Amino acid sequence: MTELPQGSPTLQIADLHYEYPDGTSALRGVDLTIRSGERVAVLGPNGAGKTTLMLHLNGLLSPASGAVVIEGTPVTPDTAAEIRQRVGLVFQDPDDQLFMPTVQQDVAFGPANAGLHGEALESRVKRALREVDMLSSANRPPHHLSQGQRRRVAIATVLASEPDILILDEPSSNLDPTSRREVAEVLERLGRTTVMVTHDLSYALQLCERSVILSQGRIVADAPTVELLSNAPLLATHRLELPYGFDPTKLSA
Amino acid sequence: MTPRQTGPRVGDHATGHLVGDRLYVARSSRIHDLPAKVKLVVALATVFLIVLTPPEAMWAFFVYFALLVTVLAMANIKMVRVLPRFIVEVPFVVFAVLMPFIGQGPRLEVGPVLLSEAGLWSAWGLLAKATLGLFVSIILAATTTMSDLVEGLHQLKFPSLIVAILTSMIRYVNVVTDEAARMSRARAARGFSGKGPRSWPILAHSLGTLFIRSYERGERVHIAMLSRGYTGELPQLGQGRTVAPATWAAAALLPALVLTVCLTAVLTQ
Repeated sequence: MTELPQGSPTLQIADLHYEYPDGTSALRGVDLTIRSGERVAVLGPNGAGKTTLMLHLNGLLSPASGAVVIEGTPVTPDTAAEIRQRVGLVFQDPDDQLFMPTVQQDVAFGPANAGLHGEALESRVKRALREVDMLSSANRPPHHLSQGQRRRVAIATVLASEPDILILDEPSSNLDPTSRREVAEVLERLGRTTVMVTHDLSYALQLCERSVILSQGRIVADAPTVELLSNAPLLATHRLELPYGFDPTKLSA
Repeated sequence: MTPRQTGPRVGDHATGHLVGDRLYVARSSRIHDLPAKVKLVVALATVFLIVLTPPEAMWAFFVYFALLVTVLAMANIKMVRVLPRFIVEVPFVVFAVLMPFIGQGPRLEVGPVLLSEAGLWSAWGLLAKATLGLFVSIILAATTTMSDLVEGLHQLKFPSLIVAILTSMIRYVNVVTDEAARMSRARAARGFSGKGPRSWPILAHSLGTLFIRSYERGERVHIAMLSRGYTGELPQLGQGRTVAPATWAAAALLPALVLTVCLTAVLTQ
């Protein structure tokens, strides 16, 4: 991992357009710059294009027009292999992400694809599992883990590739409050550049200083999270809602 | 070897054995500790030699049986523990029982019926070889976890596509059966009993839904794999360790003994 001075742009998205094969327009000109060390929440209702945007960030989808640049490297089919080691995607359902027979083998999958083996691979796997407090479960099959443990292992599977950027799709979905807090603690401790795609507004507030709202394929707001969440009319326009009884202005005080 | 989980199982899968782990009997033994690829090669060679043995040398099959019982004992597994597993052989037994009646050639008078002599030998051969072959695979499955077996196949240069398919099967068979169980509970919760031909369309729809869900999951899993640099070949994971010649030699003792018996049987016929 290259050490960059805090604040240089790590991820740049410029005028990104994408249409599904059936002609439905999913992204209509997304512009977004994320700086090194930032944790940013991409908020938006279901169907806003959040997951589609995420799949562009490591070249799983190719844009109709526009560009994604990671640390100066444009994402293209030619650079995809390299980009996929540098951008770690954590998917919403850990059962989709954890496909190997044991936790350890799953965490090793990414770096092994990049050619790591032997002791170097082993120490990578150990470090990644330690970072999410799951080292003691290394030899267990994913099926034996709780939802929260699976989520943390899913995070370890991408940490093992030592990515520059961590992208998480709905990291709090299907978690009970305790697992939710444990995952949040892990993310906070990692201190990596993180993009968190979610409609869980209180989680965004807890973890991300900055948030953007993606609505109908465009970034319609980009501001400190407290500010966004305090703007009730803005949230209402984009089908976003705070949990019952939640007042972000009181928390910030 | 993957240590078997002993603590309480976490999560929503509290019922029953996991499908993938059903056959494995956790013990600590020299047989369990053998690398999976060694066990695979030994098992294959042993079955092959047993099948080559002429059925007329009846004694040979009893020696084989004794050898396999010894291996099972070395694995610290009691015969009663694996005995029920022989039930999968029943269809072969039925077929073997029929053979003396439908066989050709000279007949033997056994009580009130005339039986074909060739048919009797074939029946015996089929029964003995199937039972012993099954015994070998039962020992293999009881002493090796599924994931180690797949890893072993991978190390033996089994085609990587098939290894990848087996790997996903092991991983997802439980996810899919859980999903099927949830669907069945949801049906039952709305008063569905599932008896008689009237319920067939409902069951067919459920099966279709299950298929589509699994298919979609397959797509999502594939995307997740690509996202971590998958290029169509599973990386060599786990212990790519080379097996010590001494280990091979010790494990080869079984097929070597079987070979000796087999040769003796062939030569004395």
